[in-house]
Amino acid sequence: MPSQPIDQFARELSPETRASVYQSTKTTHEKRTKLLFDQFADPNRLRTLAGEIKQHAIENLDTLLPQVEARLTGNGAKVHWASTAQGACEAVLRIMQARGATKLVKAKTMVSEEIELAHFLEGHGIEALETDLGEFIVQIDHDHPSHIVRPIIHKNRREIARSFEREGLGAYDDDPGTITRRARHYLRHKYLAADVGLTGANFVSAESGRIVLVTNEGNSRFCLAATKCHIALVGIEKIVPRDRDLAVLLNLLGRSGTAQELTVYTEFIGGPKSAAQPDGPEEMHVIFVDNGRTEVLASECREILRCIRCGACLNVCPVYRQASGHAYRSVYPGPVGAVLSPLLAGERFPQLADLPKASSLCGACNEVCPVNIPIPDLLLRLRQRAKEENVPSPGTPPMGAWALLASQPTAWRAALAGGRLMNHVPTKLIPVPALQAWAAQRELPAWRGGEFRKWLRQRRSR
Amino acid sequence: MSDDREAIFSRVRGALAPLRVRAPLPQYDTEIAVLRQVLAGRDLAELFGERIRKVGGLAFFTPAALVAHLRTGGRLHGYCDPVLWPGLAPHFGAGFQVETAFDRTRVDDYAFGITRAAGAIAETGTIILNDAATSCRLGALAPWVHVAVVERSSLFADLPQAVAGLGDDRNVVWCTGPSKTADVEGILIEGVHGPGEQIALVV
Ligand code: SF4
Repeated sequence: MPSQPIDQFARELSPETRASVYQSTKTTHEKRTKLLFDQFADPNRLRTLAGEIKQHAIENLDTLLPQVEARLTGNGAKVHWASTAQGACEAVLRIMQARGATKLVKAKTMVSEEIELAHFLEGHGIEALETDLGEFIVQIDHDHPSHIVRPIIHKNRREIARSFEREGLGAYDDDPGTITRRARHYLRHKYLAADVGLTGANFVSAESGRIVLVTNEGNSRFCLAATKCHIALVGIEKIVPRDRDLAVLLNLLGRSGTAQELTVYTEFIGGPKSAAQPDGPEEMHVIFVDNGRTEVLASECREILRCIRCGACLNVCPVYRQASGHAYRSVYPGPVGAVLSPLLAGERFPQLADLPKASSLCGACNEVCPVNIPIPDLLLRLRQRAKEENVPSPGTPPMGAWALLASQPTAWRAALAGGRLMNHVPTKLIPVPALQAWAAQRELPAWRGGEFRKWLRQRRSR
Repeated sequence: MSDDREAIFSRVRGALAPLRVRAPLPQYDTEIAVLRQVLAGRDLAELFGERIRKVGGLAFFTPAALVAHLRTGGRLHGYCDPVLWPGLAPHFGAGFQVETAFDRTRVDDYAFGITRAAGAIAETGTIILNDAATSCRLGALAPWVHVAVVERSSLFADLPQAVAGLGDDRNVVWCTGPSKTADVEGILIEGVHGPGEQIALVV
């Protein structure tokens, strides 16, 4: 039977991976709920407010972007703009070449994955090393992250231990503590030897120009303590209007993402290091990246630009839990990815048009989203778009017969009456095997087609 | 590149032009983001000590207690901010080797790093470091044990207050407990790139 690409991925997922993805997403989700609801009188009010703040920001980017540019420049940072992935990669390369730099360490930036920066830089003889433990493992395995905040949710410790052994990071040992210690030792010397530290940004305040970065491992902090040049790759939607808005958003980000009150390291970077400080970047560059975001802004789905990449919608999603992240075939998996990835894909929209359909529209993603994005509505808008653009949809049952029935009152009436036969047909005689299997497991209620019409007629005649 | 700037700005303007009304900037009381139950009626230093333990850190209220902890852990070689050292040295005594300059070519030599905090947040058990107060970024990050000396008078009650008090420092970092990861099978491991022990000495 033909099916959507996402279904094929889900089917091929090993039971072991599925079980671990299911278990860890479920645990994080439950902890998150407890933390939010035990501590705040009205967490839903907090979510709505955060959504309003971000919605204001994205609908006022025309004034906020120039404002943030002026602030950053005033703080001593250099601001760059990149329309496309290629442009962003080249901007990084230019900065590196101007410094004669050949080594870069990066701390989790999803934009760099989006623009495939590491690959591009390697082609120009530059080492670009991931420093987040999970991302590092993804990199040495030439794999892809499968979750926004838990990149290796699909891997177990034995696979990781084998990779470390292969890379010469020590004899096979699958103790997570040992794995972490080995990465610590290896990576700290990489930071110290690197010329440039590249990061993303969780938020940028238009009021102060402060870039806010959160990590648990402290890797972004290490990048900004060891290197002399900082490059921040920032999607244009990361702006928040004021510093005070950060308190609301930070309160939600840690809780929603990893069920922590606050992420371990929260950095507020207002510019290059102060003169008296011995460590850290003397030079700071901020590259604002569009790469399809302005198209999203122009679309009916602009609310998705509020996303703060917490991963809560992945953790709660029954489809993500079964399919895992690679099934989404893009940098952003899960419900957020089902909206964002096809939108950012530009002309490749049809290739990812199955993603918005991989949802039961249960609404859980909207309910957990810290910025209250109506993901199910956006999925419907994208389904509509796929339909309008005539994107083929393998595996969708043909609805022609249904459409015919539903548009012809006489045919409809006849079908309703005929349906009564169903009450007398033994399961064995159902002509479609799949339907037969389905019906064998269930007690169908008696067919009552036509009852409503009868009721309505009687009511009218009264 | 300046072409990119113009192109992005014009696409943004084009995208927003059809909006008849723009979402307003919400006005709100930051009280909404405060854990009032946690804070109610508490002494901030005491609450901070409790909260930092909750996130896997430690708080000491006397130098002697800190020194005893370091000794028990066998952490005898470390770095200390030169401004703090004269005050702390008498508590350390024999057996410790403390440097007041951090040599980045020997990061693994230091078992502890003692730096000055710019403040702390009671509500979350967070230590605040910045470029002005904290003598060296690496000294607070590379050693297994980081000790931040926090003055009681610099304690913020909650997150919104701490944001309001960011000041004009170019680089502020909030540290909430030890560096950690749960990347490998969701198992919590402390001390990934930064300290495995995050300690506050409240004075
Ligand atoms: S869409 Fe919402 S829940 Fe999903 S990652 Fe983004 S902010 Fe988090």
